[in-house]
Amino acid sequence: MSKLRDPFMDNVRKIENIAKAVKFEGNMAKIDARELNHKELNDLIRLCVEKGAEKIILKNVCGQRYIGTRLFFPDKKVEIEIFGTPGNDLGMFMNGHKIVVHGNAQDGVGNTMNEGEIIVEGRAGDVVAMSMRGGRVFIRDDVGYRTAIHMKEYKDKVPVLVVGGTSQDFLGEYMAGGIVVLLGLNRGKHLANYIGTGMHGGRIYVRGKLEKYQLGKEVGIVEMEEEDYKKLESLVKDFLIYFKGKGLDEKLDVDEILGEKITKLIPVSKRPYGRIYTY
Amino acid sequence: MKSHLLPEFIVERDEERCDNCKVCIKQCPFDVHYYDEEREKVMSKSELCVGCQRCVVYCPRNALRIVPYKAYRPNDYWHEDYIRDIKKQAESGGIILTSCGSSRRAKVYWDHILLNASQVTNPSIDPLREPMELRTFLGRKPDYLEIEFSEDDVEIKTELYPNLMIETPILFAGMSYGAISYNAFKSLAIAAKKFGTLFNTGEGGMPKDMREEFKDCAIVQCASGRFGVDPEYFNYSAAIEIKIGQGAKPGIGGHLPGEKVTATISSTRMIPEGTDAISPAPHHDIYSIEDLSMLIYALKEVTNYEKPICVKIAAVHNVAAIASGMVRAGADIIAIDGFRGGTGATPKIMREHVGIPVELALASVDQRLREEGIRNKCSIIVGGGIRCAADVVKAIALGADAVYIGTAALIALGCTMCQRCHTGKCAWGICTQDPNLSKRLNPKVGAERAYNLLRAWSLEIKDVLGGMGINAIESLRGNRDHLRGIGLEEWELKVLGIKGAGE
Repeated sequence: MSKLRDPFMDNVRKIENIAKAVKFEGNMAKIDARELNHKELNDLIRLCVEKGAEKIILKNVCGQRYIGTRLFFPDKKVEIEIFGTPGNDLGMFMNGHKIVVHGNAQDGVGNTMNEGEIIVEGRAGDVVAMSMRGGRVFIRDDVGYRTAIHMKEYKDKVPVLVVGGTSQDFLGEYMAGGIVVLLGLNRGKHLANYIGTGMHGGRIYVRGKLEKYQLGKEVGIVEMEEEDYKKLESLVKDFLIYFKGKGLDEKLDVDEILGEKITKLIPVSKRPYGRIYTY
Repeated sequence: MKSHLLPEFIVERDEERCDNCKVCIKQCPFDVHYYDEEREKVMSKSELCVGCQRCVVYCPRNALRIVPYKAYRPNDYWHEDYIRDIKKQAESGGIILTSCGSSRRAKVYWDHILLNASQVTNPSIDPLREPMELRTFLGRKPDYLEIEFSEDDVEIKTELYPNLMIETPILFAGMSYGAISYNAFKSLAIAAKKFGTLFNTGEGGMPKDMREEFKDCAIVQCASGRFGVDPEYFNYSAAIEIKIGQGAKPGIGGHLPGEKVTATISSTRMIPEGTDAISPAPHHDIYSIEDLSMLIYALKEVTNYEKPICVKIAAVHNVAAIASGMVRAGADIIAIDGFRGGTGATPKIMREHVGIPVELALASVDQRLREEGIRNKCSIIVGGGIRCAADVVKAIALGADAVYIGTAALIALGCTMCQRCHTGKCAWGICTQDPNLSKRLNPKVGAERAYNLLRAWSLEIKDVLGGMGINAIESLRGNRDHLRGIGLEEWELKVLGIKGAGE
């Protein structure tokens, strides 16, 4: 019988055999991820939380996936600091924890995330904040394609994505709720096309030059109101707190950022496809 | 524009029996019956009738009869359905929306397969007097078992994968709260729990008040819309199903129209009231088998590797190759939904023309996985038009581990297959969110009917097994020697992997 290779489960070592990668210092734990695969690292992170760690520092992370996913503890909130490059689906389904990445992140940051906060001091890949349902994601630089697809909100549970640079195509496709901000720092114009195709909820703020042809059919441009500026001001303040001294232009301030033209996009209809059927 | 459409049904009222009690008016959500003040009697507008038969069942005097109306000159090519659809589209310019499963005249392979029985050379078994095992385990099985014998004990050393244990190889298929009413949803949950099998939440989330009570008998779905999906939802379940496709509408997403997104639906799906709940056609984080694998393991991560992960697809042309990829991606269970599978709403063109029969899909998937030596890596659940216990037995002999029933379960609750689920006006309280209609279905009574159906089919399966001389469903699985085809061509027998009758 041919052996079926399983890139996730093959050669996963028992937790007692890798426990030496963890060092506890009070309620803080440090994990050296250098020789750990996806599951091993997450096994150890879970172990740390079970043992009461409130802050976990991961060193030498290189492509390990699902960091933060296996931490469904309704009563526990922890902070994870990552040095290196976390793999796909960072914080997927995450439920209230905080993750800071000192570096870049790959695809699927905050995928279907429920609550919590992810801060990336660098860029992130495709499908960032897809189907995100709550919490906040801050990315210092650019993000890839299909960002914030089908993000959704319910009452006061409103997910937020703030991107310092820009996004590629299909930003906010099918978006059903939530707030997306593209600050467009350090760039002439935005590249994304098909922004908000099929959008039927939520709002997207884009700072800087944006052409009409870049928008999907289902979005409209509306005037910025005082409420919008208030919301943006608090988000930009947090953005600056998170990234000043972390590679962001030290001279940037709230007034300068919000002084530039900002386009607000909202869906034309809550029911974009309601009229194409006959019974 | 004057409508050229003819009525589909004619309401026949026996004037002598009818005493104008108005029950029919109250029962009909389509406003067919009305009281004519001038004539002082109850009258009917046949053109509005959908043929759900609610008024017929509830007329206290048996005064009503609803009969199909075939008016056009019979024509086997320009069948009445085509004429009606063209007229409808000429008047509206829209995509024809419908519901339930495909009703087109296409070969039903179940009906071309016959079962075997023991005669002389091996004894049949009487299920009334001997134990018959229908218990089924769903999930990944190990490649080999390491067993350690000690003096008075036997121990399995191999670490086993999480498996689901069900008392009959029949599960309720994914039908969301939203597509069906809360009472219908709950009826199935109660019946599944009582019988020791599972129901499937569909992609509408799980109401908070049901999570604790039904967590051990719920398969929760993670579909492209990711509605009502949170870590608690995943962890309060028996298993998770990634829904890629659905037999009634392969390749397209779905949307629950805004008017069905009521307050409770909105809190279960976690979207605002009144907005369309749109499920995109693909999962936008799955564009390949590798991506599928990524979601499978994300779900294993979020549930601490404690639950089997199922992946559901529609039966399409290359189903065997796709299934192989799904197993290699890490799916513990694969669910295949045939083109007869039902839905609460689908464009008619998808329902009638896309996908293949589940019988052929199942046979080729089972065959392919065996050839590749990976059949033990997953269980197979098939669904999409399972109508009776014989279909279940044939499916298992063709290689399925268990079957999903959706339409049959709803018929047990009261559905009459009028195919008007998409209007949200189900007179039987099943496919509706109107509180006045959904209260017509009492979840306790509904659960009893659904439970009875499971019991009846399970008894029938035991009868057939006994006749074959088999005492465990396990021995029938993939046992195609017990099947013979009639009226099938060479290639069909080959795909099904069975001999012709008499061979």
